[in-house]
Amino acid sequence: MTTAPSTSTDASAAASDIPVLEAQSISKYFGRVVALKDVSLSVKAGEVNCLLGDNGAGKSTLIKTLSGVHRPDDGQLLIDGHPVTLSSPHDAQSHGIATVFQDLAVLPLMSVSRNFFLGNEPTKGRGPFRRFDMAYADRTAQEHMREIGIEVRDTSQLVGTMSGGERQTLAIARAEYFGARVLILDEPTSALGVKQAAIVLRHIVRARSRGLAVIFITHNVQHALPVGDKFTILSHGQSLGVFKRGEVGMNELLGLMGGGEELEDLSRELDELQASAASAEPEAPPPSG
Amino acid sequence: MTTVDGTGSEAQRLRRASPLRQLLTRPEFGSIVGAILIFVVFWALTGFTVGKGFMSWQGFAAYIEVAAQVGILGATVALLMIAGEFDLSIGSMVGAAGLILGLSITQFGLPLWLGLIITFAFALAVGALNGYIVVRTGLPSFIVTLGSLYMLRGAGLALTRLVSNGQTIVSGVGTAAADDPISKLFNAVLFTIEGGDFKIELVWWIAVVGISTWILLRTRFGNWIFAVGGSKEASRNIGVPVNRVKILLFMATAASAALFACIQVLSVGNADVLRGTGKEFEAIITAVIGGTLLTGGYGSALGSAFGAFILGVTQLGIFFVPGFNSDWYAFVLGALLLVAALVNNWILRRASGARS
Repeated sequence: MTTAPSTSTDASAAASDIPVLEAQSISKYFGRVVALKDVSLSVKAGEVNCLLGDNGAGKSTLIKTLSGVHRPDDGQLLIDGHPVTLSSPHDAQSHGIATVFQDLAVLPLMSVSRNFFLGNEPTKGRGPFRRFDMAYADRTAQEHMREIGIEVRDTSQLVGTMSGGERQTLAIARAEYFGARVLILDEPTSALGVKQAAIVLRHIVRARSRGLAVIFITHNVQHALPVGDKFTILSHGQSLGVFKRGEVGMNELLGLMGGGEELEDLSRELDELQASAASAEPEAPPPSG
Repeated sequence: MTTVDGTGSEAQRLRRASPLRQLLTRPEFGSIVGAILIFVVFWALTGFTVGKGFMSWQGFAAYIEVAAQVGILGATVALLMIAGEFDLSIGSMVGAAGLILGLSITQFGLPLWLGLIITFAFALAVGALNGYIVVRTGLPSFIVTLGSLYMLRGAGLALTRLVSNGQTIVSGVGTAAADDPISKLFNAVLFTIEGGDFKIELVWWIAVVGISTWILLRTRFGNWIFAVGGSKEASRNIGVPVNRVKILLFMATAASAALFACIQVLSVGNADVLRGTGKEFEAIITAVIGGTLLTGGYGSALGSAFGAFILGVTQLGIFFVPGFNSDWYAFVLGALLLVAALVNNWILRRASGARS
C-alpha cells in the first residue's frame, strides 16, 4: 500500500498534518566524531523542506540515515507517525522513500529505458524464456519522460547524451514512477549550470504539486529560496533551526549556513586585501618599465 | 516544436537517430567492419587466389575451428568485462579442466559423463571462488584471477607429473572415450565441403554467443550486467544484486573454459596441463575487438564472435601469406588490439554524444 503511486495523493489529503517522514532528535557518531547531534527534521506531503548547510555540516550523514544507509545511534524515524527502523536503502524504498544521490543517479552508458527500469525491469514470458519487455520499457519510459517535460525520441539513446539537468530529472522521475512518497534529493543542482538547475527546480515544484514530500539538500540558497516551504539549517552536525518560507531572507540564511561571523571575517579580509592592492598599485609599474 | 514546455532547447538537441547512425553507434560495429577488412586484406596478400590456400573451404573450415574455440571463451569473457571484471584464470582453467577430465576417465576409469560432470563442477566452483574473493575483498579481479591463474597452473603441473611419471600430458583419453557416444558432443565433424571439415565446436560457439547475447540484451540479468559495470554504487543503491551478478559471471567464464577444455581433450585425445596458455589474453582481445570496453559498462557478446573470427583468420591467414610465418601472429594480434581499442573509443564517443 505504501508503495502504490495512486494512494499518495489521497494520503496527503487525508493526513496532511502528520509528516510523511520525520526524524526526531537523531544523533550519529563515527568513533569519536559527532556527525549529527540531536537533529530533527520533518516533511509533509506536498511540501518541500530544504536542508541547507555548508560542506561538512552533516547533510550527507543525515540523508544517509533517512535513506537507510546508516542507522541512527540515538533518536528515531517516523513514517506517517509510526516509528520505523530502516535496515537498507531497499527497505527505505519499500517504505516509499526514494533517494537520488548526486553523482550516482544514472548510468551514462545505458539507454534511457534501460536506466529507467533498472532494478525493476518489466518481463514477459515464462521460465527460461522470461525476458526483459523492451517494448513496454521503451514506451513507458518515453511516456513518463514526456509527462515531465523531456521529449525522448530515441529511447535507445545513451543517457550520456542527455544534459546534466535531464539526467537528474530522469532519476527523479524514475523514483516517482516506482512509488516514492518522499523524495530525497542530494545536491541535485550543485553540479549544474543555471539553465540546467532550472529544469531540476521546476521538477521539484511539480513533484510537490503532485503531493510528494520533498527533502531538497543544497548549499545554494538561491536554489532553495524559490522552491522551499521550510528551511532546515545544519551546521557542525547540529540543527540551527527550522524556518518557514517568508520568515527569512537570503542573507540571513547565508549567514546562518556559513556561520555569520566567518562570512563577516571573509568580507573584512577581502576589503583589506583590496585596500592593500590599491595602495600598492602606484609602486607596481616601475619594476616592469 | 516537439517540446512540452520551456525546457525546450535541451530536448531539441536529441535528434532522431537514423538506422545507419544506430548501426554506427552499436558497440560491435567496428568488429563487423574489421572482420570484413581483415578477410579482404589476407585474401589480397595471398594474391586473390580462389579454391586453394586461404580462400578455400579447407582454409575456411580451419579458421572457423580456431575462431570457434577462442570464441567460446570470448563471449563469456565479454559479459564479465561488461560487468567490469577480468578473469585471467581461464587460461590455466583450460589446462586444469582438461587434466581433470583426462584423469577421471583414464586414471580413475570413470565413465565420460561422470568425468564431464566433475570437470564442470570443478570449474564452476573455482569460478564461484574467484567471484566470491573479488566481491568480498574488493580487490581488483585482475590480481585475484592472476593469482588463480598461477595457482591452477602450478598445482596442475605438479599433480600431472605426480600421476604420469614426470610428464605434463595425460594420454590415452582418446581410446578411453572412443566408444562413448557422449564424446561426439565435443568431437565430431558436422559436415564436409570440398575437404573442409566443419566441426562441432561451431555449434557450441553459436550456442554460447547466442545465449550470451540474448541474456545481455533481452533479460533483466543482462540489464544488471551493464549496470554493475557502469557503476557498482549506483547499481547497489537501486537494488541490483551486484555480488550475485559478478559471481555468476565468473562461474560462466570458468564454465566456458571447461567447455573449451573438453572439446580440446576429446578432439586431440590427450590432456595437456599447459594447453590454454595465453588463452586468457586472446579471449580478452576477442572481447575488446568485439567492442567491449576495458573499463566495463559497455560492450557486446555478439561482437566477440566477430573478434574471434578476426583472430581465426589472422592466425591461419598468416600461414598462407608468402614470406610470413606464425611468428608474426602475436605482432598482428597486438596491432589489432590497439586499433580496436582506438575504434571503440571513437564509437563510444559518438554513441554518448561526446559527453562523459
